[in-house]
Amino acid sequence: MNKMPVWADVLLVPLISLLISFVISGLVILSIGESPIEAMNYMVTGALGSTYGWGYTLYYATNFMFTGLAVSVAFHASLFNIGCEGQATLGGLGVALVCLFVPWPHWSLALLGAVVAGAAFGAAWAALPAWLQAKRGSHIVITTIMFNFIAAALLNYLLVNVLRPEGNMDPATARFPEATNLPGLHQVFGLIGIPFSASTPANISFLIALACCGLVWVLLWHTRLGYQVRAFGKSEKAAVYAGINPVKITLCAMLISGALAGMMAVNTVQGEANRLLLNSVEGAGFIGIAVALMGRSHPVGVALAAILFGFLYQGGAELALWTKIPRELITVIQALVILFTGAMTDLVRKPLEYLFLMARRGGK
Amino acid sequence: MDFATIIQMLDSTVRLATPLLLACLAGLFSERAGIFDIGLEGKMLAAAFASAAIGVMTGSVWFGLLAGIAASLMLSLIHGLASITFRGNQLISGVAINFLASGLTVLLAQNWFGLGGRTPPLEGPSRFAEITLPFADGLRDVPVLGSIYGDLISGHTLLVYVGMAMVPLTAWVLYATRFGLRLRAVGENPAAVDTAGVSVVAIRFAAVLICGVLCGLAGAYLASLAAGFGREMTAGRGYIALAALIFAKWRPWYALVACLLFGFLDAVAIRYQNIDLGILVLPVQFTQALPYILTVVILAGFVGKAIPPRAGGEPYVKER
Repeated sequence: MNKMPVWADVLLVPLISLLISFVISGLVILSIGESPIEAMNYMVTGALGSTYGWGYTLYYATNFMFTGLAVSVAFHASLFNIGCEGQATLGGLGVALVCLFVPWPHWSLALLGAVVAGAAFGAAWAALPAWLQAKRGSHIVITTIMFNFIAAALLNYLLVNVLRPEGNMDPATARFPEATNLPGLHQVFGLIGIPFSASTPANISFLIALACCGLVWVLLWHTRLGYQVRAFGKSEKAAVYAGINPVKITLCAMLISGALAGMMAVNTVQGEANRLLLNSVEGAGFIGIAVALMGRSHPVGVALAAILFGFLYQGGAELALWTKIPRELITVIQALVILFTGAMTDLVRKPLEYLFLMARRGGK
Repeated sequence: MDFATIIQMLDSTVRLATPLLLACLAGLFSERAGIFDIGLEGKMLAAAFASAAIGVMTGSVWFGLLAGIAASLMLSLIHGLASITFRGNQLISGVAINFLASGLTVLLAQNWFGLGGRTPPLEGPSRFAEITLPFADGLRDVPVLGSIYGDLISGHTLLVYVGMAMVPLTAWVLYATRFGLRLRAVGENPAAVDTAGVSVVAIRFAAVLICGVLCGLAGAYLASLAAGFGREMTAGRGYIALAALIFAKWRPWYALVACLLFGFLDAVAIRYQNIDLGILVLPVQFTQALPYILTVVILAGFVGKAIPPRAGGEPYVKER
């Protein structure tokens, strides 16, 4: 019945979509009087040409892996979690509280505590929208959008009025104690003899993100819960008929999703800033949508797409540094990727299907 | 709080509610036709930029307004193409449109004007002038009513009155015209409309384009009010309009009430930082978050359930 081989659906559709996005972005660069080739050159050397560039690329990729996985898990239950931004904000709060108020003896324990706290706070922020969707039928997209804004207001209040140390002007918490500082990626790579730049924010959470990719893969394809989530996502009616509890699955999928989004804060809040700032998420929650769409909601795809977007983010920063093209070009590329891989898939898929059908007919 | 303060508060409520109202009615047309639109924010932003940029270049508010509408319509067309023609996911398309606007506006603003993503300030004829209604100055000495007429009702810019007029107009189009009946039907049961020989695609495109025009007005209003474009200047108003739309349960007159309420909350948040209620102090952040909290409460269905148009969010497939 398949009109297209699986590899074409999994690889060709996102890659062609990406290509279209790049071509349009190239045209945008041309239209503002810059050279696309030169721009690409700056981006590649800036983001991938040195271990310093790679450090930033992997640092951003870590964030996007967490949020990409978060959106993917919800996608598998056919839920659109647009609230990763708010869940990651709350995750940051959890991480900060744990780092500030628990006297950790060693970073490894602090890391464990922060992961648990970030996940718990993120999941908690996803719980109410999930419950409202499951029990009251309130559309999860709208409620999670609203919760993003409520999270921002809540954090603003807490940072300005409660957590800000006395005498400090900027709305941020105090610095975390030394013992909670995470080892950088250069220390990790140093153990296996790979020289890596020490002046990047990339840290050990990158490995946690990779582990999460593996865990999500196991969860979705090798556990009963994962099967139920996917069955529910494919057809709610069939799943309910098969005895799957829709309320439980909606809640589970969203809690896992929120927890993954919340864990992102370990990388940004504990790993990089060492204190909680107002906007530590910086839109990574939304980039997760692009990453999940690009990675076809599969952990391997998400990991690759996250590195791609990490490259775009670091490359974009370099671009803004060396040329007159502002960083916002990356937002445009991101929008185009979302548009072509998420909303206009038929634009790419239909002609491809047609080509494969023709090829098959020609072959017989 | 004295009378003059109340008038001032209500006056800024009207000013702040207008962009919400225009965007909310825009969303109303689109969503009543079954096309979810979370791209209101992006369309307003694009319109604000285009109207400010063209307004600065030509020095005319009218060219600015037209450019704003055109920019918003372009994004509407993309949304229509993705969600009607290619039957894609309307929510994802909306997200893409928001990012597209957020990125392109700053990119172009920086490239054209080189002011770090802003446009130069709009001055004189490139902004909407305040309209003084007849007798406003003459009646000012009349107690209470004179002040209400002169300060609250009179003295706004054109688009405020357009926004207010759009409410009965929308209600009339929606409930008293053939087009409105079809539009609502397309949002509830497109197959029935199709069976009656009316093009679902045409009605939905018309709705999406009306949405684009109204968002264009909202964006142009914002640019004129703020006298120029600034990075992310819509600041979530598109989402508040979306919240107001749900709060209003997708109905025009309720939309007016919801937008005035949310505009009032905005005015309160701007004027008073923290509100001391005696027993507890409401922080300003609470006032800012209140529209979103109220919307979640309404969505939860404990206080009057908000039921969206039944075919909302689903692409229409003619044959199965």
